[in-house]
Amino acid sequence: MTSELDIFVGNTTLIDEDVYRLWLDGYSVSDAVSLRVRSGILEQTGATAAVLQSDTMDHYRTFHMLERLLHAPPKLLHQLIFQIPPSRQALLIERYYAFDEAFVREVLGKKLSKGTKKDLDDISTKTGITLKSCRRQFDNFKRVFKVVEEMRGSLVDNIQQHFLLSDRLARDYAAIVFFANNRFETGKKKLQYLSFGDFAFCAELMIQNWTLGAVDSQVADMDVDLDKEFLQDLKELKMLVADKDLLDLHKSLVCTALRGKLGVFSEMEANFKNLSRGLVNVAAKLTHNKDVRDLFVDLVEKFVEPCRSDHWPLNDVRLFLNQYSASVHSLDGFR
Amino acid sequence: MPGKLKVKIVAGRHLPVMDRASDLTDAFVEVKFGNTTFKTDVYLKSLNPQWNSEWFKFEVDDEDLQDEPLQITVLDHDTYSANDAIGKVYIDIDPLLYSEAATVISGWFPIYDTIHGIRGEINVVVKVDLFNDLNRFRQSSCGVKFFCTTSIPKCYRAVIIHGFVEELVVNEDPEYQWIDRIRTPRASNEARQRLISLMSGELQRKIGLKVLEMRGNAVVGYLQCFDLEGESGLVVRAIGTACTLDKLSSPAAFLPACNSPSKEMKEIPFNEDPNPNTHSSGPSTPLKNQTYSFSPSKSYSRQSSSSDTDLSLTPKTGMGSGSAGKEGGPFKALLRQQTQSALEQREFPFFTLTAFPPGFLVHVGGVVSARSVKLLDRIHNPDEPETRDAWWAEIRQEIKSHAKALGCHAVVGYSESTSICEEVCILSASGTAAVLNPRFLQDGTVEGCLEQRLEENLPVGCGFCHIPYDELNMPFPAHLTYCYNCRKQKVPDVLFTTIDLPTDATVIGKGCLIQARLCRLKKKAQAEANATAISNLLPFMEYEVHTQLMNKLKLKGMNALFGLRIQITVGENMLMGLASATGVYLAALPTPGGIQIAGKTPNDGSYEQHISHMQKKINDTIAKNKELYEINPPEISEEIIGSPIPEPRQRSRLLRSQSESSDEVTELDLSHGKKDAFVLEIDDTDAMEDVHSLLTDVPPPSGFYSCNTEIMPGINNWTSEIQMFTSVRVIRLSSLNLTNQALNKNFNDLCENLLKSLYFKLRSMIPCCLCHVNFTVSLPEDELIQVTVTAVAITFDKNQALQTTKTHVEKSLQRASTDNEELLQFPLELCSDSLPSHPFPPAKAVTVEKASPMGEGNFRNRSAPPCANSTVGVVKMTPLSFIPGAKITKYLGIINMFFIRETTSLREEGGVSGFLHAFIAEVFAMVRAHVAALGGNAVVSYIMKQCVFMENPNKNQAQCLINVSGDAVVFVRESELEVVSTQQPTANCQPSCTGGEVTT
Repeated sequence: MTSELDIFVGNTTLIDEDVYRLWLDGYSVSDAVSLRVRSGILEQTGATAAVLQSDTMDHYRTFHMLERLLHAPPKLLHQLIFQIPPSRQALLIERYYAFDEAFVREVLGKKLSKGTKKDLDDISTKTGITLKSCRRQFDNFKRVFKVVEEMRGSLVDNIQQHFLLSDRLARDYAAIVFFANNRFETGKKKLQYLSFGDFAFCAELMIQNWTLGAVDSQVADMDVDLDKEFLQDLKELKMLVADKDLLDLHKSLVCTALRGKLGVFSEMEANFKNLSRGLVNVAAKLTHNKDVRDLFVDLVEKFVEPCRSDHWPLNDVRLFLNQYSASVHSLDGFR
Repeated sequence: MPGKLKVKIVAGRHLPVMDRASDLTDAFVEVKFGNTTFKTDVYLKSLNPQWNSEWFKFEVDDEDLQDEPLQITVLDHDTYSANDAIGKVYIDIDPLLYSEAATVISGWFPIYDTIHGIRGEINVVVKVDLFNDLNRFRQSSCGVKFFCTTSIPKCYRAVIIHGFVEELVVNEDPEYQWIDRIRTPRASNEARQRLISLMSGELQRKIGLKVLEMRGNAVVGYLQCFDLEGESGLVVRAIGTACTLDKLSSPAAFLPACNSPSKEMKEIPFNEDPNPNTHSSGPSTPLKNQTYSFSPSKSYSRQSSSSDTDLSLTPKTGMGSGSAGKEGGPFKALLRQQTQSALEQREFPFFTLTAFPPGFLVHVGGVVSARSVKLLDRIHNPDEPETRDAWWAEIRQEIKSHAKALGCHAVVGYSESTSICEEVCILSASGTAAVLNPRFLQDGTVEGCLEQRLEENLPVGCGFCHIPYDELNMPFPAHLTYCYNCRKQKVPDVLFTTIDLPTDATVIGKGCLIQARLCRLKKKAQAEANATAISNLLPFMEYEVHTQLMNKLKLKGMNALFGLRIQITVGENMLMGLASATGVYLAALPTPGGIQIAGKTPNDGSYEQHISHMQKKINDTIAKNKELYEINPPEISEEIIGSPIPEPRQRSRLLRSQSESSDEVTELDLSHGKKDAFVLEIDDTDAMEDVHSLLTDVPPPSGFYSCNTEIMPGINNWTSEIQMFTSVRVIRLSSLNLTNQALNKNFNDLCENLLKSLYFKLRSMIPCCLCHVNFTVSLPEDELIQVTVTAVAITFDKNQALQTTKTHVEKSLQRASTDNEELLQFPLELCSDSLPSHPFPPAKAVTVEKASPMGEGNFRNRSAPPCANSTVGVVKMTPLSFIPGAKITKYLGIINMFFIRETTSLREEGGVSGFLHAFIAEVFAMVRAHVAALGGNAVVSYIMKQCVFMENPNKNQAQCLINVSGDAVVFVRESELEVVSTQQPTANCQPSCTGGEVTT
């Protein structure tokens, strides 16, 4: 006796959160069944393995049918085939677009192209995330990227409208899109200690301050691309290190302000020229695409690592940077 | 009588990409009714076209309005080649033809293609303008209302229940016409869908005419079925119960329905008061007018008729027996006489209802059923379907005579079904023999005084159990005792019925689903020989099914079955029997005896031991079940009863017969003779097997109950959380050495596993009850068994459910009375508000449109939180006639839909499971869309009447036909009712807006 056909269709579509998670994680039906068995569900419910198998198959089939709609979440809201309460719809979408930290760190800043997709095998092996799940996450990134890439208006808002994501998740996607578009290098060994959250924080600030949208919200392509004029302007910072007088003046301003406030004051004082040179050089090079990509590598090499070797506490770094940029305004030519 | 049908095509959305080059579609729409077709402009390059067409107007007569569906075809314009069809929408405009239902159909409909399934949606508005005033219009059969619900619909009152109506129409099946060899599968499917739609319309119109002839205005318990007879044709047949219904709109008209009949008789003269204002002011036609305006055959003028109305108390319309009431005499005889005269005039005193107004059902005799095996031949003249008519007439005659043998004049809970395999067809009919109260059946022949006497004589809660037949002249050997409730009348020891549990019945504990399952192998044979073989097997199957039911009932410690449905399915090489019923313990009937088992070889010691072990197991199971279902009847000493407590015995209330093409009728005595106790003799492995299977039925997990009736006795605090579902399973039998036993085990496992899966899937709803569990078995191929289950799971409040029996009874009484009070208050507002005199509440139409914004414009709404602006209103579906925790305020019309889906890429669509899963989901979606477009928010009495699935995996093909029906309604949550009643003016939009947001 074999089951040829076995289906269950409810007027309200049944969504089992646990099975949904297993499906999203890319487990095959048989793997999902054995994982569910291990969770002790059989003992709790008195069900048999066959029942579990049938139930899992059924949910998988439903999710498979829903997947097409999840690719364009507004469709999920307007479709008539599956009657799903709004709270469940939100859950389906949010979970579908959620991603693994380990995975996003692997592809952050990479071109979302076929080439990268081919590398998913390696990423899967490296991170222990199933290939299926990697594909889903990659395709999500790519889909969101394609939709909002050419769009006017706030990046986060655009993502939220077209994918109905929560605010937090939409922000994360904005960071991913921003990084993918500017192809920032994040995979270097030196950068491994940085989390996705760190990059997302940077992305948000850069979107706010460095893009066209930051200047004029009526300009097209604003949130994804860096403001070229702004980058050009950064070149003028070179003066800060090229002009010896200015450099000294800047140093003395910073030192005066921070005296007694920094634990690493003497190290700072000794290193000021190096640090300033490093920062300014990074900024001045940003007109070249290649150097834009290496922004984070350069920052770590030129600024973070010297600070770290002198054991700067985080707060000292913050105070220094604040003072460093504030003091510039009182210099001639920067007023 | 002509009317004007107006159609407007507003917009489309989510259309499929038809032009690969541009990834877009140039869509236009053809609107067809009868032979007239209109077209919209082509909306270029869009997947969300906005046609905003003019009003397309069709001038048609009402016969076409009833028969024809509106056909909307969405196409992709192609300059160089033929236009490609995207899909179609069929809209049944019947609900627009009677004033109390919907007045506009407006909303998003899924665009359906028989090969690709749903492909986007289209927004359509449909209206019907009638040239004539309502009353004249209503003289046509258009005005007759149809209900699938097998009880008097809520918010209506039954003035008269006229009785049985039936009709069938036949045609050639397009699938088997010669042209099918050259046309595409799509064309063939569409021809079939259209034909069945037409035939359903025609059938409904013809039934409507019969109802008008009977002077009724509605059909309740309308059941329409298709027989796909293959080469020999396509039969669409329907049965129903003609009624005269009165909308509960004024307190006067309302009161009688809920109160005791004696009160009603006092109220009715009040109704008849020469005070026309109270009635004619309300838009629902007053009782007397209604009755007559619906009877075109009798050419009364309205003036003259008013003196002569149906419920007039003067017995001048009398049927002879009307005066008998005054003469007095033995009550029972009188009652019988009256009923008889009321029913005599009917060819078939059958009622498709399963629940009745209080006082309607007097006595219940037991289940009557008849089966007949027929050989199908080509229907030569579709206009004269005599053979099929004659077949059914024959069977009905048998049912009638069985009922008579039980001392009953009527059959209630009546239904008919067929099972077809190749050219052999089994026709089945079954029902419950009953004695009815004539008050509802005819025109005012009964005096109030009699009614009161009747009430006195019939103690509440047990009357229907009392035997209707003559004690000294019993139709079959039975053991009677005095009723355990009133101790005056005789009752049988077991009662089988096809109806729902009467609301006033006193039940101890809870009920449970009881199933008997059986397979019998049969040799493959041709024609006559095959029919003979089947006929020979049938009696044995019925006997065994019956024995199984009886055993299982006793094992549960219960004494009555309700909602019994026995389905016999014929296949190439086997017969399957599946009986489902809800077992309960009726307080009026005696405690069932246990089951004794006995071995044939008493000398063998170890065997003895084995037997006693089994006996112990059985006794334990009974004790456990009694505890599980809370069956603890009060102890009654023998003296009080006045007659010795009977020895438990096996007896049959089932009169059955089966006939072949010849008219020979065999009657089978299913009782076990004069044995003193119910003994199972274990004389061979077969019997052993039976006992084992008896004990292997696993009870549902704790927190779950199941029944196949409307509600579960013993549970009354339902919450509003409901989940209707359909589950289908097909198993392939290994064809090697198939024995009856192996087959039985396979079938049993299939059903048990299916139930287990349901319990598991619905575990989040605990504590919950599966209600109206409906199993259907079919044998699509040699080695395939298909089981389809539709049911609704309802969560109940645990605290309330734990009440003891006594408080339950009190509670239900209390509830009944509060119900009355509630009803008294609300219908005043709700019913009168939703009456047709009001122009169609525009709010409703607006909600529908608002609820479905067009295209993507909506997403621009930035500030909205994600997902909060869900725009698809929730439509509930349930096989029950009610929605727990809500009141139905309006019936919008019958939903009767037929779909075919076919695929030639089965693997790509996820195999058979993927294909059928998607199709059933699509069917649900289309039902919901139609209901929403009518302005409704639920379907009640939903039933999937057919699900015919055929596959050919080698060719990567599959086809499925599904037929569903139900009643579209508007409901309002009870919690919202209070709001509604205080905010009277807005009451109208409340149902659709608020109801739409509530989710299950």
